[in-house]
Amino acid sequence: MKTIEIVLNGMNRSVSSEEGTPLIYVLRNDLGLTGTKLGCGLEQCGACMVLVNGEPTFSCVRTVEEFEGCVIETIEGLGNPEQPSLIQKVFAEENAAQCGYCTAGVIVSISGLFAKNPRPTDKQVKEVLCRHLCRCGSHPRILAAIEKLRGQKLDE
Amino acid sequence: MNKHVSLSVNPKVSDWLEFRPAGRVILHTGKVNIGQHITSALVLIAAEELNIDPNQIAVAQTRTGSSPNENYTVGSQSMQHSGYAIKKAAATARNELTVRAAKFFGVSVEQIKIEDGNLFIEKTNQSISYWELVKNAPLECYVDETVDVKNHALHQLQGKHHIARGMWDIVTGTYEFIQDLKLPNMLHARVIRPPQYHAKLVNVDEKLIDKLAEENIYLVRDGSFLAVGAKSEFAAVKAAKRVAMTATWQIENSLDESDIYELLVKNKRDSLLVEKGCIPNKDLEIPPLDKTNVQGDITLNAIYKKPYIMHGTIGPSSGAAVFDGQELKVWTQNQGVYPLQAAVAEALRLQLDDVLVQFMPGAGVYGHSGADDAAFDAALIAKHLTNFSILLKWTREDEHCWEPYGSAMQCNLQASVNSNGEITSWSHETFSDTFLTRPVIGKEPASRLLSTHYLNESKPWPVTPPMLTVHGGIHRNIEPIYNFPSPRLVKHRVYDLPLRTSALRALGAFGNIFAIESMMDELAEALKLDPFHFRLKHLNDEQGIQTLIRLQELVDKDRVNFPQEAGLGISFARYKNSAGYCSLGVLLRVNGDAEVELIKIFCVVDVGEVVDISGVRSQVEGGIVQAASWSLYEQVSYDATGITSRDWDKYQIIAFNNIPEFCIDILDRPGSSYLGVGEITTGPTAAAIANAINNAVGLRLRQMPFNSEAIKSAALLS
Repeated sequence: MKTIEIVLNGMNRSVSSEEGTPLIYVLRNDLGLTGTKLGCGLEQCGACMVLVNGEPTFSCVRTVEEFEGCVIETIEGLGNPEQPSLIQKVFAEENAAQCGYCTAGVIVSISGLFAKNPRPTDKQVKEVLCRHLCRCGSHPRILAAIEKLRGQKLDE
Repeated sequence: MNKHVSLSVNPKVSDWLEFRPAGRVILHTGKVNIGQHITSALVLIAAEELNIDPNQIAVAQTRTGSSPNENYTVGSQSMQHSGYAIKKAAATARNELTVRAAKFFGVSVEQIKIEDGNLFIEKTNQSISYWELVKNAPLECYVDETVDVKNHALHQLQGKHHIARGMWDIVTGTYEFIQDLKLPNMLHARVIRPPQYHAKLVNVDEKLIDKLAEENIYLVRDGSFLAVGAKSEFAAVKAAKRVAMTATWQIENSLDESDIYELLVKNKRDSLLVEKGCIPNKDLEIPPLDKTNVQGDITLNAIYKKPYIMHGTIGPSSGAAVFDGQELKVWTQNQGVYPLQAAVAEALRLQLDDVLVQFMPGAGVYGHSGADDAAFDAALIAKHLTNFSILLKWTREDEHCWEPYGSAMQCNLQASVNSNGEITSWSHETFSDTFLTRPVIGKEPASRLLSTHYLNESKPWPVTPPMLTVHGGIHRNIEPIYNFPSPRLVKHRVYDLPLRTSALRALGAFGNIFAIESMMDELAEALKLDPFHFRLKHLNDEQGIQTLIRLQELVDKDRVNFPQEAGLGISFARYKNSAGYCSLGVLLRVNGDAEVELIKIFCVVDVGEVVDISGVRSQVEGGIVQAASWSLYEQVSYDATGITSRDWDKYQIIAFNNIPEFCIDILDRPGSSYLGVGEITTGPTAAAIANAINNAVGLRLRQMPFNSEAIKSAALLS
């Protein structure tokens, strides 16, 4: 077992896990943060995306000890059903999810992008989204939500 | 007696809705949410009929025993089945309770008004709620199919934008998927699959078995079925890899890697003539293809092909189960809890009543994916490891290699037109494997579960005969909706093909509509006729005509904005010639790398009365995006040793860099029947893309996927 220190969703946490465990299993099973989804385990689909020091990062392959000292934010850290973030609110209002399995990863990535740049260009948006796969075809709704966000102030 | 498919089996109002204390209503349905948000629509229907707030309604999770048996959630029929049943059940309840209220107040029913679940007499303070009225006299009545439903002019909820139910949980990561289940005394499990379908387990390293036991990792072996279970998920993942590395398999047969389209026309098959109404008839002889050429007519022959396509769910299939020695409880993301219950009971030799199956949401799949198989895998492991709860997850590779794919298809068409632009003859033959290997109650359902083929007492792989139902699997939409003189339609159910297949969104309609709507375009082009005009000339269906004319208006309005190098392709279909209508236009360009770039989609649908307009829009957009992905990118690859498209790098699907702009028009028809929406856009999408490519660069693509290699080879041949 190995113990590391991280800041997770704004809280200092000591996390103990078997060495070599990919971050996602620790988040989902040990810390109960099941909003992050396991899709491929190969860094190909984006369902497992979390923010690490503000950067959208796959959590399904890299082991937990690689994140020593990092600031990690999961979908749960961005908001909750009673107090969703603006991005979560707009995604809901636009019905930007069908089955919802890829949604958390997408929202995490977009939150990372908007935190750095509230007026991202089309190219920047697509670059971030191209790390995410969606099978239901929610892409047009997701793009509509992002379009709406670009016209709003994020600190509202 | 009710004749409706869902009401005949579940005839009472209480089968569909219950009034519960504190102003709550519980809805029951056999249709499950697989990404289409059907429960949002069902709640709106009930709330509308009962005049209550949708937030007062909860939807019970679908499970055997307490949910109405509505077989599978398939065929874009949930609105026609559950939607209709709930509308009639709610209207019956409202009527019955209005009668009770009238009696209670000693007035006529006409004097009773209803608002927010309160029944009252206007201009008085006399009021009583639904809940007070059922408190001591629960609703025992049967659903009256002849009941008057609320006049659509009075609708307050339907047809408006609503945020789908569960959406706040989805966007905040708190929506519970089957993969998130946490059960008491739970083991995480993984299955270790053979290298390919036709393999037998020879042995597993004995030393490893001992070592796993020391580490408290459970190994389940039954014939060639191998699985591991562990308290920690990552321990199960690692153990599965270790077992896979040491297990040895005997390959009994290699996969036939010859060209699939050669096999489709060469292998053993049942060939059936499809009669008017899209029904195959075993007793009719198939007339030979007429090769005589009438003078002045133009005759075109064309062969259209689609490869094997994956469901490709983003979250691999999962199942959970616990067995106490008597009762087996199963959690599944599959599309029919009752057929799965029958299949699992048969496979594990349990009494039907001892198997309880409950639905839990999974990632979107749109057909028969690995979901049923994963549920059975969990049940099988649970049976071996009594008293442990088992949460079994397939891996990405399991899903890519073992799900039953949408079958490869070939459609051979021949059509003639005269100099007046009238179609004078039409022949359409479709060659395909089956689209139905789901468990079917009463038809040895256990043999449809993947792992039953690998057990000690293994079941043979099912060989299903051709479906003979109206618009069944392979021949769905083989009958053109256009007004042609006696088309010659032939269904070939082909056997002994290399890959496992079953239902994928729209079944044979995807390939058949692609073929018909491509041929319509080829004929129009040969005659130098406008593709809208040519279709309208052969169409008698009034609603269909309206969608096409509306599409033409949308396209014409935007034509000035079309980039010069862009091509427009159109298509039209009515799903199953009896369900939703779809007229579609695709604007695209082919770039310097011979890749298709989608620019804009124009789509007009008529799905009857619209309940949840946001849901309809999502289904239309989603269906188009998914079918565009199938058409442009997708193809299961394999060789003699097995499936080679084992992850997303080897099986490309559409990405965010090729999502076009959407212009969608939904023609609402308040007061008319529901027609369904989920599958109506798939076939038209493929055809409109092929037609648009032809319009843009003059290359006619007849074989999917229309990727850069296909476009380059077409260019070389042209």
